Amino acid sequence: MGPITRRIGTLQGPRGWAVFFALIAIALLVPLLNLMVPAGSLFYVPDYVVPLLGKYLCFALLALSLDLVWGFAGVLSLGHGAFFALGGYAMGMHLMREIGDRGVYGNPLLPDFMVFLDWDHLPWYWYGFDQFWFASLMVFLVPGVLAFVFGWFAFRSRITGVYLSIISQAMTYALMLAFFRNEMGFGGNNGLTDFKDVLGFDLSTPGTRAGLYVLTVLALGLAFLICRFVVKSKLGRVATAIRDAESRVRFLGYRTDRFKLFLWTLSAMLAGMAGALYVPQVGIINPGEFSPANSIEVAVWVAVGGRGTLFGAIIGAFTVNGAKSFFTGWAPEYWLYFLGALFIIVTLFLPGGLVQLASRVRDGFTGGRNRGLRAARRSARATEGETSHAT
Amino acid sequence: MLRLRTLIALLIVALVGLAPLAATAADGDEEVFQAALKGITASSFEEQLAAIDTLAGLGDPRAVTLLRALGGGMLQVRKSDGALVVAERDGRDYILSDPFTGEAMGTVSRRDVDKITVNNALRGAITAALSRLALFDPDVAKRREAVAAALKYPSPEMATALNKALEAEEDADLRRGMERALAAARISSPDKAERLAAIETFAGSSDPDIRSLLMPLQDEATESDPEVRTAAAEAIKRIDNRLALFRLVGNLYQGISLGSVLLLAAIGLAITFGVMGVINMAHGEMIMLGAYTTFVVQEVFVAALPPAYLNYYLIVALPVAFLVTALVGAALERGVIRFLYGRPLETLLATWGVSLILQQVVRSIFGATNRRVANPDWMTGGFELVGGIVLTYNRLIIIVFAFAVLIALAALLRYSFFGLQMRAVTQSRGMASAMGIVTGRIDAMTFALGSGIAGAAGVALSQIGNVSPNLGQTYIVDSFLVVVFGGVGSLWGTLVGAMSLGIVNKFLEPYSGAMLGKVLVLVFIILFIQKRPRGLFALRGRAAEM
Repeated sequence: MGPITRRIGTLQGPRGWAVFFALIAIALLVPLLNLMVPAGSLFYVPDYVVPLLGKYLCFALLALSLDLVWGFAGVLSLGHGAFFALGGYAMGMHLMREIGDRGVYGNPLLPDFMVFLDWDHLPWYWYGFDQFWFASLMVFLVPGVLAFVFGWFAFRSRITGVYLSIISQAMTYALMLAFFRNEMGFGGNNGLTDFKDVLGFDLSTPGTRAGLYVLTVLALGLAFLICRFVVKSKLGRVATAIRDAESRVRFLGYRTDRFKLFLWTLSAMLAGMAGALYVPQVGIINPGEFSPANSIEVAVWVAVGGRGTLFGAIIGAFTVNGAKSFFTGWAPEYWLYFLGALFIIVTLFLPGGLVQLASRVRDGFTGGRNRGLRAARRSARATEGETSHAT
Repeated sequence: MLRLRTLIALLIVALVGLAPLAATAADGDEEVFQAALKGITASSFEEQLAAIDTLAGLGDPRAVTLLRALGGGMLQVRKSDGALVVAERDGRDYILSDPFTGEAMGTVSRRDVDKITVNNALRGAITAALSRLALFDPDVAKRREAVAAALKYPSPEMATALNKALEAEEDADLRRGMERALAAARISSPDKAERLAAIETFAGSSDPDIRSLLMPLQDEATESDPEVRTAAAEAIKRIDNRLALFRLVGNLYQGISLGSVLLLAAIGLAITFGVMGVINMAHGEMIMLGAYTTFVVQEVFVAALPPAYLNYYLIVALPVAFLVTALVGAALERGVIRFLYGRPLETLLATWGVSLILQQVVRSIFGATNRRVANPDWMTGGFELVGGIVLTYNRLIIIVFAFAVLIALAALLRYSFFGLQMRAVTQSRGMASAMGIVTGRIDAMTFALGSGIAGAAGVALSQIGNVSPNLGQTYIVDSFLVVVFGGVGSLWGTLVGAMSLGIVNKFLEPYSGAMLGKVLVLVFIILFIQKRPRGLFALRGRAAEM
């Protein structure tokens, strides 16, 4: 065994690995039960469930990416929806090109909305998206480069805390306004939709949907391991130290901006991947995904699950989105009450999220095993307090 | 005997032929009028033309009905006494009426009247004459129309009528218009000195219409005299400069108007975020609550008071909205935010939750659709400043209101005891507490003040936009950027931030469109914050934390 494989082995304990593989197995069971089991059976999973769960998995991946920067580097981004949407648009552009001449206007080169707008040629930034490999590369590259440039400026100027939150929010807001414009060439208000197939597989068949679902499960599993690898590494520990006391780390001689920039860019690329997996399963991407409200909602998924734990983000994304589906079906007018209350309750009473709640219940409120975590949190609070007094 | 008859004939010819000259004389108008009436019935086409011209030049309102009848081919001559009559055909007979008074004059047979034939050239002259006569119309609106038309289609003939009309006109606005139209008529004069003089009067104008009048004068194809051409080119250049200046002023005004809206939206944040360091994402919803309070007060006025009082509902709405939102703000501070001091990110999320709940509450009570809040009479309308720049009263009042709020707030912070306590708590919580200030109460009051100002802003913003549950969301990103851009904790910075963002936005719009202008401004701010993370007017803090 090489050093890397040995380190992968120690990412989590034997129990952790067992849970990890068990969850992946359960997740993979869903499409099997959908495709193999006859419709009348007790174990049959209806068709609509597969893309729905697929959507949750994409959200979980997005939440995971936010937890990487917020939970471990203390950078609360309110603009992660932008990276998600950019990844989604990159994939959507490929799917648009793949429609070819089967669109309403039958133009082999131009997507329908461009024909509708009387454009006579493809804008230069649409070149190459007919190739799947190119689009896949862009899924990572576009959010990655944007995050790198944005982060490089922001972290170098030592923009921290709420200031970073506000300008990241302004970033996604600006992108939203820009993408709403027809002249941008991304379908304006309606966005990109009416996709036909991906890599030749028809998107409307259960088989393709199951395939996309499996891919998402594997992507989430892989992303989790990558994040775990990063936060367990020395780099991750420095990042955690930055989260808790940035000035101290800087005085010790670390270039804190570089650590944060690395995590930030990696996180944006993961968010882009989530968006790329989301679009073919949902069948549409429009500028609404850039709205600041969406990005803030991601923060609440992470907060509900428990930030700084990685798997908490996944749990949070599933819980909140499950509740959302439930409410929008049952009583849509109560959903915002519930979501709003969730924001308040979690921040006031459950700063560690569901993960903390679970461990509290398990420890019978004695707080034996999480002393370390809580101590870290206390010190974080202390330094944040220090900062706010200085301003 | 023969000599005497020749003399009389000559005299009549002279009288008719010199009619236009005679028209300029003030007295004897009536004689000329009567003579011109004769001229209309003359058999010579030239005489008829001259007579019509004379009638138009006299500016006598009686000529209007006469010329209309003539143009319509209804003016006839009664054979029995040679009187002019308007004849309307009725079977084989004609119903006669007086051309000036419209009085009925009985019915006669076809043979008893002679029709005055009108050809196309004459008809054209009649139309021109009528348009000149409109300058003397008793109706101001008609006169204004006529002046505008005279300005658009100038002619030397018009000049005479305009001169005459100027003598009688009392409306200052119309007089100005007539003077311009007169000059415009002189532009088309064959006399070079006249043209130069006309160009001189126009050089001070700022009217695009006049600019287009001058255009042919600087063109070699239409103007032969080089001196006139240079003068015209010079005048056009000056008009262009003035128009550009007016555009600038217009943009500036619009920018200040937008800036004052941003200022109103951000001023409460300058307190909660700037002074207390609390990120209140529900700030926009406080604005929305203020707007809805305005709506409720308006409805109460409609339901309970006579309509005459409706004009004053805003005066009641302002303090009510301030109180309502201040109470909500105090409740928010005591219920949620005070547990989260020193944890700005958590505050941000919790207040976001509050904003969602407030939006949904309003949606449940008032419905998701827009509510209409009417402008009171004293806020509708506006006045024209110069060159088509209209200042609407509601925008103007909002600008004044925004500044008034800012000044009042600055005075409160600077001079009142509460302001002193507030500054003490922000600067050093522990020390302030040790000196006997109840910091918790000051926190609540400060937050209530910030929220109340947001509510007052909502009253103002309800006057220029839709009142909907999403109202707050449209302002939240902008107002945070204003505060961050201007510098947290500085009211002065908030003012400069709001105004510069508003003005830059409005100046970018014509070149890039509203959306892209906004995007560019956002990008600029994002870049600016990189350079000066603490904003334009940063308070000095510990360098290590910067």
